[in-house]
Amino acid sequence: MNIRILVRLKPGVLDPQGRAVHHSLDSLGFEGVENVRIGRMIEMNVADGTSDETIKAMCEQLLANMVIEDFAIEKLDAQTEPA
Amino acid sequence: MAFKAAVITFPGSNCDRDMAVALEAVSGEPAIRVWHGDADLPDGLDFIALPGGFSYGDYLRSGAIAAKSPVLRAVIAAAERGVPVLGVCNGFQVLTESGLLPGTLMRNAGQSFVCRTSELEVASTASPFTQGFEAGERLRIPVAHHDGNYFADEATLDGLEGTGRVAFRYLDNPNGSRRDIAGVLSENGRVLGMMPHPERAMEPAAHPSMGGQDGRKLFENVIKGLVAA
Repeated sequence: MNIRILVRLKPGVLDPQGRAVHHSLDSLGFEGVENVRIGRMIEMNVADGTSDETIKAMCEQLLANMVIEDFAIEKLDAQTEPA
Repeated sequence: MAFKAAVITFPGSNCDRDMAVALEAVSGEPAIRVWHGDADLPDGLDFIALPGGFSYGDYLRSGAIAAKSPVLRAVIAAAERGVPVLGVCNGFQVLTESGLLPGTLMRNAGQSFVCRTSELEVASTASPFTQGFEAGERLRIPVAHHDGNYFADEATLDGLEGTGRVAFRYLDNPNGSRRDIAGVLSENGRVLGMMPHPERAMEPAAHPSMGGQDGRKLFENVIKGLVAA
């Protein structure tokens, strides 16, 4: 089973990296951009039948830092499998 | 009493030798070097140091992988028995990632790596590391990091301040740390994480801008305290 995990800063946690990217987009002339936030995407293949609890535990124990980050787990079907 | 200290080395640690040299300079006893893959620590340790550097290349997050390495389970068990643990720079990041200290170290607010001497104020003298300082004493200790921006939620910060667990504050906050926090203590005061490098401030310098020996006092505090105990 292919899964994709998105790890993002919690709302309210300042993201200086996102702000720097926002400034850079501004300087390139792109208008109307707000709230740029940088996160991390982790894709992996896990054994079929791996429970949601197990995947959640992976996120909580290692993949995300629960002090500042949230995570979202996406199960990918065959069409959207990573190349 | 012979002082028995261990310095843990992870792949990518680069201040481990400096830490061992600093400990030996003060205690007169060579520090035991421990590799990250070791599941056990030597018996009867008086002190454990997690050094600076870039453990596991800072992959995922600074300190995240090291915090899950076999030796950290032994370090956590030792800390629970009351063995003093000092984490400097990447060592501090490992301590927060392992849960031994609250909060986390985010990317510096200015996005840049900072490498300079920082001015600190001693905020708590209630720990083996800080007991020999005067409250409010000023220290000059170098920092060199990219992820030193201490973050915790407001309730955690209030709790740390209310119980004397902020060990050091920056007088010239170089990284955006909440409430200028440069070093944090565990609840029992026996685990200290700090971004500045005391092991790099061990000898008098020809000119104050080039360093000094304010870091040496921290090691003297720990070692004197243990000998007296």
